[in-house]
Amino acid sequence: MIRFLLRRFVTMLVTLLIISALVFLIIKLPPGDFLSNQIAELRSQGEADAAAKAEFLIKQYGLDKPVWQQYLVWLGVMPGENGFSGLLQGDWGWSFEYDRPVFEVVGDALWLTLVVNVAVVIFIHLVSIPIAIFSATRQYSVGDYVATFIGYLGLATPSFLLALILLYYSNRWFGISIGGLYDSRFAGQPWTWEKIRSLLAHLIVPTLVIGLAGTAAMIRRMRANLLDELGKQYYVTAKAKGLTPSKALLKYPFRMSLNPFIADIGNLLPHLVSGSVLVSLVLSLPTVGPILLSALKSQDQFLAGFILMFVAVLTVLGMLISDLLLAWLDPRIRLGGGR
Amino acid sequence: MEKPLLSIRDLAVDFETETGHFRAVDGLSFDVPKGKTVALVGESGSGKSVTAQGILQILSKKAHIAGGSILFNDPMQGEPVDIATLAPSSDAMRALRGGRISMIFQEPMTSLSPLHTIGDQISEALVIHAKASQAEALERTKEVLARVGFPDPVRALRTYPFELSGGLRQRAMIAMALITHPALLIADEPTTALDVTTQAQILDLIKELQAETGMSVLLITHDLGVVANVADEVVVMYRGRIMESGLRDAIFRHAEHPYLQALMRAVPRFAMAEDERLTPIREVKSATLAEAHKPERIEPKGPILSAHNLTKSFTLRSGWFSGHLRTIHAVNGVSLELPVGKTLGLVGESGCGKTTVSKMIMRAMAPDSGQVLFDDGNGPRNVHELEGDALKDYRRCVQFIFQDPFSSLNPRMTVYEILTEPLIIHGIGDADMRYHRAKQLLDMVGLDRHSLRRYPHSFSGGQRQRLGIARALALEPRVLLCDEPVSALDVSVQAQVLNLLKDLQTALGLSYLFVSHNLAVVDYIADTIAVMCRGYIVEQAPKTSLFRNPVHPYTQALLAAVPDPDLDRPLDFAQLRADRFSHPNEWPEPFCLEEGEEGFMKEIEPGHLVRLGRLSVEEAA
Repeated sequence: MIRFLLRRFVTMLVTLLIISALVFLIIKLPPGDFLSNQIAELRSQGEADAAAKAEFLIKQYGLDKPVWQQYLVWLGVMPGENGFSGLLQGDWGWSFEYDRPVFEVVGDALWLTLVVNVAVVIFIHLVSIPIAIFSATRQYSVGDYVATFIGYLGLATPSFLLALILLYYSNRWFGISIGGLYDSRFAGQPWTWEKIRSLLAHLIVPTLVIGLAGTAAMIRRMRANLLDELGKQYYVTAKAKGLTPSKALLKYPFRMSLNPFIADIGNLLPHLVSGSVLVSLVLSLPTVGPILLSALKSQDQFLAGFILMFVAVLTVLGMLISDLLLAWLDPRIRLGGGR
Repeated sequence: MEKPLLSIRDLAVDFETETGHFRAVDGLSFDVPKGKTVALVGESGSGKSVTAQGILQILSKKAHIAGGSILFNDPMQGEPVDIATLAPSSDAMRALRGGRISMIFQEPMTSLSPLHTIGDQISEALVIHAKASQAEALERTKEVLARVGFPDPVRALRTYPFELSGGLRQRAMIAMALITHPALLIADEPTTALDVTTQAQILDLIKELQAETGMSVLLITHDLGVVANVADEVVVMYRGRIMESGLRDAIFRHAEHPYLQALMRAVPRFAMAEDERLTPIREVKSATLAEAHKPERIEPKGPILSAHNLTKSFTLRSGWFSGHLRTIHAVNGVSLELPVGKTLGLVGESGCGKTTVSKMIMRAMAPDSGQVLFDDGNGPRNVHELEGDALKDYRRCVQFIFQDPFSSLNPRMTVYEILTEPLIIHGIGDADMRYHRAKQLLDMVGLDRHSLRRYPHSFSGGQRQRLGIARALALEPRVLLCDEPVSALDVSVQAQVLNLLKDLQTALGLSYLFVSHNLAVVDYIADTIAVMCRGYIVEQAPKTSLFRNPVHPYTQALLAAVPDPDLDRPLDFAQLRADRFSHPNEWPEPFCLEEGEEGFMKEIEPGHLVRLGRLSVEEAA
């Protein structure tokens, strides 16, 4: 077990290293960078002071150096202007666009993103698992067709459109604004009980909107998985033992059909960050998605790089978690090694 | 007369299919007396499993009981209950199911959940029916596991089904069925998936437990050998109806119905005459086989295929991510010779290494040492050193027929695509020629020429196996490796396929390596037989001398465990219990092999070789 974990950690580190190189390279691929673009613009407007400051920043962050040197400095394995100061040292860099440290820019957004998306994931599972069980056990019944139909509707509705519609009607009918994640008067305020209540109230609509498409897909997959398992012999055995139908179902085929979803946790985590950009923009949610989008557009390299690395770490961690969970839940993986 | 435990009258079960109603069981009437074993015999599709599911009310959603009654006269309850009138999910039905009537199934692997421990799955039945606490249930489970022959019941509670051998899994199933002391045990093909020796043990166990508890057994099987050995009464079904029923002796000695007579003629048995032919229930005529002729080619002078001292071992990782390695010697110094146009039978229980040998011969796996020689008429060449065109030629000459006709054909390819794929891979002929060849192949195996556009799922098991044979013949091979080609098939279909293989051999001059665990089948088709155990060939002889004079104790045990559909040759369960001989160091002198010892093969009569241990080597010296 210990050996397994050690081996996994080493491969995780190597993976992250390769990802960081790719991320940095891709961000730097388009010609120019945020600062040189800005300097050109400032010069054309004749603002020499600001241009001078930008040039200082270029020097400070070594943007005039070759890409590979910039990468190593960003990583923290090569001394820059301030000595060793990069990701490894916990210095996440400077956002040129916001003119603040990356840490301050993404701070609140990071965990708000997690809050929104964890709510979405819970919503998806809570809604889709019962529906999937219902329609799998009553395959080709009226209820199955209705659930399937609603599922397809959800799948086919563009979520940003749904967000716009909800935005409009909630304002028109109830006179409330559902944009943002808390009432605008709490912006910049410390977290109080009031603010948390406001957050919870504002969570409902984004959760619904982002979750709906996922719910439909999840119902379809869960139903298909469960239908496969329902035909298996061990389910007949369970019924022949005299178990009640619901206990037999939940203990055996349902448990088996969960495996692919546990294996999916690794994919779920990065999706949390990048999956809901459009909806976040429409509902003006203060999440990481829109920040990442604008950072990539303006080539704000340290900000974009940090967010992408954050996603990568989440992915790798998610994979580890799902592997460990699978081994814990499925004895065939735990004990069947070597076959 | 005492009332029977179960009394079925005019039972009808209907299936709703897309093409309308289909009556799977039609007017079925029979009794299961107390404490007796009734065998329900028939081919697949005859409605015997549906009957069993009907008794337990676990029919699939598409099926329902359309009429008749199932009177269950439980001695514990007094008043008989008509199961047919109970709702499948009613409490009364659930109390019977698993409580008073239990069932065991054919496939012990898939019938148990791989995610739950044996202890959990077995004790569950008791918790439901006896209202026992978890601790009491586990205590009882331990006792039952010990009773059904688990060597270490405490440990067994925590093991998972996939950690057990097939025999132990089936014992666990039996423990699960019997922990509630049911009045009726329904056993649906309980031993079909098991080796002969394990089958004998399981049948023995069921008999013993029946004597102890006085329960009745409804045994569902297609194996007349099993029926002859354990049943008191026999009910023969065909297409949902009873063809014949009565006491075992009457049925076996005076089979009256032509269907039963035909079924009996279709089973290969040891006492068959040299050139006696099995009579399948539905004979399949091969349209062009009579005109088919051997392709013109140079035949080798010696054996077409031979293996010399093949050895293969595997390393297994065991346990939780641990680095602990175990080495398993799957094949130990195996030497075989396959003469041209003959059949070599390779017999042994599962795990004896016979499939590994066939894989090495096919060059799907490299041996640790030893070599495989193939002679295409230009002298023997080492198969594992062939490269490029020579290797491609070898692949063309040696084809494989698989065990499972369901999973060995791609369900998304039409028959035409399946049959012409080998030709395309080897770049043979143009579209026209391939089309004709595909038709010709279908004729050869007795399938309708018009089935070229159909998909495998629209064929029955036997037809699919014939498709598999047709595919193997597409490239005009010289050698066919048949790995358990009939063990997934019904007896009647088995006879068809075996006859087809025999006819093809005569017509096309093919050589077969026939791997099987079924001795009677190998006896029917092979010329020479090699018996394998734990990676060793323990005895090798022409079939007549092997079955007339088996010398090795393992061969004797194997032969003794085969149930014969002949009432005068019953299984000797007491003898089988005493002699297991499944491990080389349990063999008596001079056959005993110590750990790591190979022994040597001694010729005791022409062509008849037996493996002896070290002691006899010293004597010889």
